[in-house]
Amino acid sequence: MLVNMVSAINNALELILKENKDAVLLGEDIGRDGGVFRVTEGLVDKFGDERVIDTPLAESGIIGTSIGMALAGMHPIPEVQFAGFMYLSVSQIVNHAARYRSRSRSTFKVPMTIRTPVSGGVRTLEHHSESPEAIYSHIGGLIVVEPSTPYDAKGLLIKAARMEDPVLFLEPTRLYRLFKQEIPEEAYEVPIGKANIVKEGSDLSIITYGTMVNVAKNVIEKKKVNAELIDLRTINPLDESTILNSAKKTGRVIVLHEAPLSFGVGAEISARIAEKAMFELKSPIMRVSSDSLPYPFPGYEKFYIPNEKKVSKAIEKIMSV
Amino acid sequence: MLITQYTKGILLIRDAFEGKIQYFQVMDESGSIDQSLMPPELTDAKLLDMLKLMLLTRNADAKAISLQRQGRAATYAPTLGEEAVNIGTATAMRKNDIFVPAFRQHGVYFARGLPMRLFYLYWMGFEEGNMIPPEVHGFPMAVPVSTQMPHSVGLAFAQKYKKTGNAVIAYIGDGGTSQGDFYEAINFAGVWHVPLVVVIQNNQWAISVPRSKQSAATTLAQKAFAAGIPGVQVDGNDAIAVYKATAQALKDAANGPSVIECVTYRAGMHTTSDDPTKYRSEADVSEWLKKDPILRLKLYLAKKGLWSEQIEAQVTDEQKKLIDSGVEEAEAFKPDPKSMFQNLYSFVPETLDDELKDSEANNFWQGE
Repeated sequence: MLVNMVSAINNALELILKENKDAVLLGEDIGRDGGVFRVTEGLVDKFGDERVIDTPLAESGIIGTSIGMALAGMHPIPEVQFAGFMYLSVSQIVNHAARYRSRSRSTFKVPMTIRTPVSGGVRTLEHHSESPEAIYSHIGGLIVVEPSTPYDAKGLLIKAARMEDPVLFLEPTRLYRLFKQEIPEEAYEVPIGKANIVKEGSDLSIITYGTMVNVAKNVIEKKKVNAELIDLRTINPLDESTILNSAKKTGRVIVLHEAPLSFGVGAEISARIAEKAMFELKSPIMRVSSDSLPYPFPGYEKFYIPNEKKVSKAIEKIMSV
Repeated sequence: MLITQYTKGILLIRDAFEGKIQYFQVMDESGSIDQSLMPPELTDAKLLDMLKLMLLTRNADAKAISLQRQGRAATYAPTLGEEAVNIGTATAMRKNDIFVPAFRQHGVYFARGLPMRLFYLYWMGFEEGNMIPPEVHGFPMAVPVSTQMPHSVGLAFAQKYKKTGNAVIAYIGDGGTSQGDFYEAINFAGVWHVPLVVVIQNNQWAISVPRSKQSAATTLAQKAFAAGIPGVQVDGNDAIAVYKATAQALKDAANGPSVIECVTYRAGMHTTSDDPTKYRSEADVSEWLKKDPILRLKLYLAKKGLWSEQIEAQVTDEQKKLIDSGVEEAEAFKPDPKSMFQNLYSFVPETLDDELKDSEANNFWQGE
């Protein structure tokens, strides 16, 4: 089937609900309305409002009740309408979803998949365009996944729904309808914790994920550089060996993400390469990202999101060393 | 439930509604009982069991404080004075009903059969104390106040979804009812119509802040009305009243959630790190001690010839043995640092495994 990311996720959710009778979807406007991005469109008609639940408007309540369902052996898939609103439920995510297993030495488990749209570029209001993956990866206990293609979105979501860990599933809004891809109709898994080598190359490595995968791809094509492009797909736990192998192979690394520079995923990856592959590098590691600012209003976002020019300049710089 | 009166032309904002909240008591401070209110299933034998469990809670409490003072346990939150809420509610639970505690429900754990070893292991500072056996049908304590409330709603949702017929009891303190999670939870429970009983263990104090500074509401039970669910207030030092209200709420839970505010008193400190003399008077405490939940049940049973100093000495002796062996078993526990790494996810990620191996290879865990 030739689908965009919205349809791929919708299809994955349908297969999950069919496969697991104890799986439910819950969130604001996900039923009749089909979600503000139409990701859950039609599912309430197929599975009823006991399994596709329009909740009261309260993010902590959505995540907290989902934790309770998970503790009772269900697999809730809550949707938080935008990642910027998820901060209202951070107490539940950090204090409970991520720690329940550990605090009970695996006596109690929280199998749940939290879906939320992330990142910008679609001219929305304030708080609708955040890229918070580093925050949630820092705490430990939470798996953080972010697909960049319809194929990966479906496979990663199905894999997440079959795990007994809490998974934060980040959906880049800009990629929802950006392009279509041929994917299998049946259920399949994309492994969690494993990065994807999108394109092999020998001169430099670009390590990225989410919205920046396509930006990097375009720049590589236009500049005709022999770059290796790595799509992390899973932020936490990090696929360190794929990263290190590529760094050692090319000797030049650019880490690229839409989230702000300071204390981000780029810092984590750079540190690991510096610790374990420093003497095999030909050039200092470079980070390309948005600047260390909160996400701006839509009028300013074109000055904020890293563009092809910024990535292109970084490639020129790293190749000149 | 409330009837809204629509008045044309006149706006009566100040004509505020005084919540019609029932205050329920069966047994007064002197141990006198209104027999017409006595639940028939609470036989003398059952009441004796309840008294023994309340004493066990108090004795285990005293032991935990003493262990903390000797440096053999970490910070501890006592239950002193709140035993009737603990045991009254736990006695009302049916075999498979589920409880979600805050952190002052130690008696509930005991009544539900939690091994003493696990209780002390938790307070000695080991996660292994939270390996609660399934037959207890209870969950670990929640330290961030009120965060357990939405979990209880999700658990209750699952009971309804899976048609188990079980109900869920969630505990929260007076301070906890000021938190957003409390309101979100009762609101979800009302909308979803789940089998949930919320027990507000109102002990008058949230560390140093008195009930009067927690809310301008006359009762905490009336907060239920905003969520469209019933609320009742009971004498929380009257184990029989607590039992009766809880049993009825659990029976009715199939028809939707409810709130029971149990009015009790934190006779001790908030935790072993707290000094209550800084913020409350001896007079305030001694007034409440007259209402002690154990004292009144003893008086009632003594009048019936079922309790005496001699019986109490014998029961205390037996309980001390149980407590001491629990402490002994807990102190024999040897922590394995690897367990911190092995129980974070359903698998050990490679990068985390590297950290584990680094500590192991370099003997960091044996260092100073």
